[in-house]
Amino acid sequence: MNAVISIFKKEIKGFFYSPLAYVISAVILALGGYFFSVTLFTTRIADISGVFMNLAVILIFAAPALTMKLLAGEEQDGTMEFLLTSPITVPQLIIGKYLAALGFFLFITALTFIYPGILLTLSTPDKGVILATYLGFFLLVAAYLSIGILCSSFTKSQVIASISGFGILLLLWISSWLSDSISGPLGSFFKTLSISEHYMDFLRGVIDTTHIVYFMSIILVSLILSMYSVSSRVWS
Amino acid sequence: MIELFNVTKKYGNKTAINNISLFVRSGEVLGLLGPNGAGKSTTMRIIAGYLLPTSGSVKVAGFDVVKEPVTAKRYIGYLPENPPLYKDMTVYDYINFAAELRGLKGKDKAHHVNRVIEEVGISDVKKRLIGHLSRGYRQRVGLAQALVANPQVLILDEPTVGLDPQQIIEIRQLIQELSGKRTVILSSHILPEVSSLCHRVAIINKGNLIVENTPQNLGKSLMGHQEIVLQIKGPQDKICTTLESLSGIKNITVSKVLKENLCEYTVQSELDKDIRESLFYAMSEGNFPILEMKSSFMSLEEIFLELVTEEPTAASQKEAN
Repeated sequence: MNAVISIFKKEIKGFFYSPLAYVISAVILALGGYFFSVTLFTTRIADISGVFMNLAVILIFAAPALTMKLLAGEEQDGTMEFLLTSPITVPQLIIGKYLAALGFFLFITALTFIYPGILLTLSTPDKGVILATYLGFFLLVAAYLSIGILCSSFTKSQVIASISGFGILLLLWISSWLSDSISGPLGSFFKTLSISEHYMDFLRGVIDTTHIVYFMSIILVSLILSMYSVSSRVWS
Repeated sequence: MIELFNVTKKYGNKTAINNISLFVRSGEVLGLLGPNGAGKSTTMRIIAGYLLPTSGSVKVAGFDVVKEPVTAKRYIGYLPENPPLYKDMTVYDYINFAAELRGLKGKDKAHHVNRVIEEVGISDVKKRLIGHLSRGYRQRVGLAQALVANPQVLILDEPTVGLDPQQIIEIRQLIQELSGKRTVILSSHILPEVSSLCHRVAIINKGNLIVENTPQNLGKSLMGHQEIVLQIKGPQDKICTTLESLSGIKNITVSKVLKENLCEYTVQSELDKDIRESLFYAMSEGNFPILEMKSSFMSLEEIFLELVTEEPTAASQKEAN
């Protein structure tokens, strides 16, 4: 447990000291603010689902950019040797890093509270929908980051980690498109696999355990695969 | 303290190290010698638990590195060939992080971090970013990281490479101070370094452990005889006959004529016999004063070259058989 906390502290400090993390946050918040004000002014509906739909798409780029250095960077700088010859286990390492990335994203998410805050002062939006949206957004980000970490575990190159993460996330986002042209069980499989299908219900205010299980499964599978990937790269 | 039993490491078809067994006692300093690519770093990485051996087993402080990695690693401080440093961290933060990973907490942690920063002489740069440090300081920060939890076993992969002469002397002194209290394995291709620092030397070539002994014994066993170099005053022919009459002598050569009636003789004797005393009495009886007498050992350079250049022929013979 102590090792997880040490790694968490080191990584979260790394995020707050790194210019890249601030650039990513700035981009997310600037675009988020733009979407929010445009929807508000044009539709005049007290609803944040549009903003969070768009943010989910932006994060397909942003999340892998934030996680790319977590393992690939260690491999690149040779510090993986330092970590893995320390008396800690690979799961402790991965979980510490994952929680740090999640922690940093919670900080960014906290900054978006300004949108519902504005709505609450100006009007009476449906609070249940806002809560469901935030729950969905949290699960979505958690899943994105776990896939980002997995991609970072495959390679020494941060660029490859980031681009492959982006590719996998985008494919998962749009895999439901296939279900339009493929009928039968295969079509419904691609629909079930799609992140967007599961995320959309949260934005409508629906909290369905199927969706929660879906996101939790992605997180679990990605993290376990990352652990295997790090162990096998080192122990090959 | 460190035990390797028949350790083999293969990368695909390539054998990096082949069936190495090594034992290092507590408090001993073992030098690993070998040309580039001989398998020194691989051996050290396996001991440090960074690589899994393909076969064989490694124990550190009695704990199997593969089966109980976390426990075994608590006893080890490891400095890889390239010091593993975070360039965007300050020296203090990095050492602090290393201490935390090794399970140190609170006051104990602060004490050890400050102690090691003093010990390796980096207190004047402790607030600077590692990325801004010179090569010598980085090496010391790497060493500090390995030493912070006061480990019983130290594994140092080429600790003085890339340093200037002054820094090399300082790092050597540091290692010398550490030895005795700790068990140290260090690799190097600087031979005087190994002969001055290490109690024992293991020479590795092409993944095979060729020989392992004290630097002095290595010289003796390789020559197959002892050698004594003498300067004796007196007529050459008489001295030679007196020398020949002594028992245990294999060969006598006059290596230099220094003056009239003063020559340098090289006397080879059997390995297990010390002939120096009988030699002294024989010369004094004949009234031939010995002006100088010294035992000559092969230098580590000679041993190394002999072993490493001999190796391919031995290996090719094996293959031919």
